[in-house]
Amino acid sequence: MDFFLTLIQVLDSTIRLATPLLLACLAGLYSERAGIFDIGLEGKMLMSAFFSAAVAAVTGSVWLGLLAGIAASLVLSALHGFASITFRGNQLISGVAINFLASGMTVLVAQSWFKQGGRTPSLFGEGRFESAEFPYAIGPEDAELTGRPVSELMSDTNALHMAYSELLSGHSILVYVAFLMVPLTWWILFRTRFGLRLRAVGENPAAVDTAGVSVVGLRYAAVAICGVLCGIAGAYLATALQAGFVKEMTAGRGFIALAALIFAKWRPWHAMWACLLFGLLQAVALRFQNIDLGGVVIPVQVMDALPYILTVVILAGFVGKAIPPRAGGEPYVKER
Amino acid sequence: MEKMPKWADVVLIPVISLLLATILSALVILAIGEDPIEAVNLMVTGALGSTYGWGYTLYYATNFIFTGLAVAVAFHARLFNIGGEGQAMLGGLGVAIVCLSVPWPHWTIALLAACAASMIFGAAWAAIPAYLQAKRGSHIVITTIMFNFIAAAFLNYMLVNVMRPQGSQDPATARFPEAVHLPTFQSMFSSAENIVFRGAPANISFFVAILACFVVWALIWRTRLGYEIRAYGHSETGAVYAGISPVRITIIAMLISGALAGLMAINNVMGEAERLVLNATEGAGFIGIAVALMGRSHPFGVFLAALLFGFLYQGGAELALWTSIPRELIVVIQALVILFTGALDNMVRMPLEKLFMALRKGSA
Repeated sequence: MDFFLTLIQVLDSTIRLATPLLLACLAGLYSERAGIFDIGLEGKMLMSAFFSAAVAAVTGSVWLGLLAGIAASLVLSALHGFASITFRGNQLISGVAINFLASGMTVLVAQSWFKQGGRTPSLFGEGRFESAEFPYAIGPEDAELTGRPVSELMSDTNALHMAYSELLSGHSILVYVAFLMVPLTWWILFRTRFGLRLRAVGENPAAVDTAGVSVVGLRYAAVAICGVLCGIAGAYLATALQAGFVKEMTAGRGFIALAALIFAKWRPWHAMWACLLFGLLQAVALRFQNIDLGGVVIPVQVMDALPYILTVVILAGFVGKAIPPRAGGEPYVKER
Repeated sequence: MEKMPKWADVVLIPVISLLLATILSALVILAIGEDPIEAVNLMVTGALGSTYGWGYTLYYATNFIFTGLAVAVAFHARLFNIGGEGQAMLGGLGVAIVCLSVPWPHWTIALLAACAASMIFGAAWAAIPAYLQAKRGSHIVITTIMFNFIAAAFLNYMLVNVMRPQGSQDPATARFPEAVHLPTFQSMFSSAENIVFRGAPANISFFVAILACFVVWALIWRTRLGYEIRAYGHSETGAVYAGISPVRITIIAMLISGALAGLMAINNVMGEAERLVLNATEGAGFIGIAVALMGRSHPFGVFLAALLFGFLYQGGAELALWTSIPRELIVVIQALVILFTGALDNMVRMPLEKLFMALRKGSA
């Protein structure tokens, strides 16, 4: 039973860690499907993480925090759109600038507002997203009632109940939002007119333009959706996964999300599996450090590097070919 | 017909972009409740007001010259090398291995060996993304980003599990032996009665960096290879028509770029820390992007931009010391410089082009 409990706990933390990756990955999916490369996912998440935590700390309301996070992320999205759509600048350079802007501004503003060395005050109570308890699931409430720790209650029950309590129940609402975004994204992209146009604008913007649909408008819409999702991802990091903002708290998650996006070859369902895989790697690295496989020790750094190595292998085309949207990275110039 | 005179492209646009970045930075300082003029004063006295300050400014500038040149060479072939950070880390590994494994009799020979090792290691780290771009079409921006993270994990492993001296808790290599310590500006320029650059880390690598500027200039504008790189960067189809192999140019340009980024390690690892520590590069690889953009990918421009960023780095450290403005201010300034000189280039360029066209019409 002990082994099973460990397994369930690792999978539980996989879901928690995969959530920000998934949100950011879907964010990138919208943007890149519309032909706007976005390596600024990291920066947008970071900016949102700070503003959501800051507003939640000041007002005591996590929902206001979430809104502030989304708004902050949208401002950076607008900047990216401004540079890469309106002024037809280099999208990659704009992304790099956004990452640095977020990394510097968050600490600068945090220091100016809270004077705690670039962090926000710790969040508690209404300032954080509570975890949702499903009916009949074992959670902290049961532990309080019986006066025994959750892990003890868990080992007393059967496997199915354990999986239900740990994996399905007990997450913050943003986790469910993230996973519901997967079918929704699939439906929007492949079953609606907007989705068809969005994909077309990433493959052949001239054709969309000829059909009388605004390329600029569609691309701005995609970049805005990307901003909203990155905003939710950042708010999740600071107000659900952790209790407050700390300097550089995204820790490369935006780039892992980018890796997952390539790994998934720009498809929503595959994106979910890729994010779960990379979340699992993080969860395992967090729990076990060095893994001993019968004499051969896998150092923890291999786990850290594995998402990036896998992405390079995929990019190299050794496991199927990752073909990005055809017009990705190209500013659209209307013919006159 | 040229839309603008050359001087406007080379001088006017960078200066306007820089001005915009400066104005915004000043607004940021105002917004967090500090006085921008006071801040500039502190930065100037801290970074340029003493030989000590200059010693730090030039030390940082040395790092940025190397990484800036690295990005610039890749830019000439229209390749965006974001991997300078990882390549510089690997360069550091090369330097550490060379300095620790051979009992060098004198620093001059050790410096030559360290230069070679850092360049080989940096180039090797750039080689895989270069090969994948050239042969398999994998986007070099993504692969070099991934290689930065892989380099960080690899270096972490090497320092924690392999190169850490026994009994030490610190994830770092042993100190390099006395014989390979590079002469600092203090030992080079001080006389018995007048000690200058006291305790500052600027060292002989600065002159290696200046040499590298000349070599890169000669390479890009005075050799056949440089011509091919520029031709390829201007128009791939044109280059192919002229018999230039895209695969060859992509790989060679990236190898040179990686070697230059790796070469930075002789300054920060061999010259300053005198051992290899975690995060030795401190983001210098990324600043190379800002430096190359601002320097318009020309070695002289890179040199000037690196000096400016060296000043910002040292000035920013002084600000953090004397005021409540954290060091991250320079990250914001760096972001604004990249934004205005890189991504928003057209915002400055388009109105200027219109202006020059109107002026030309007026005079004709």
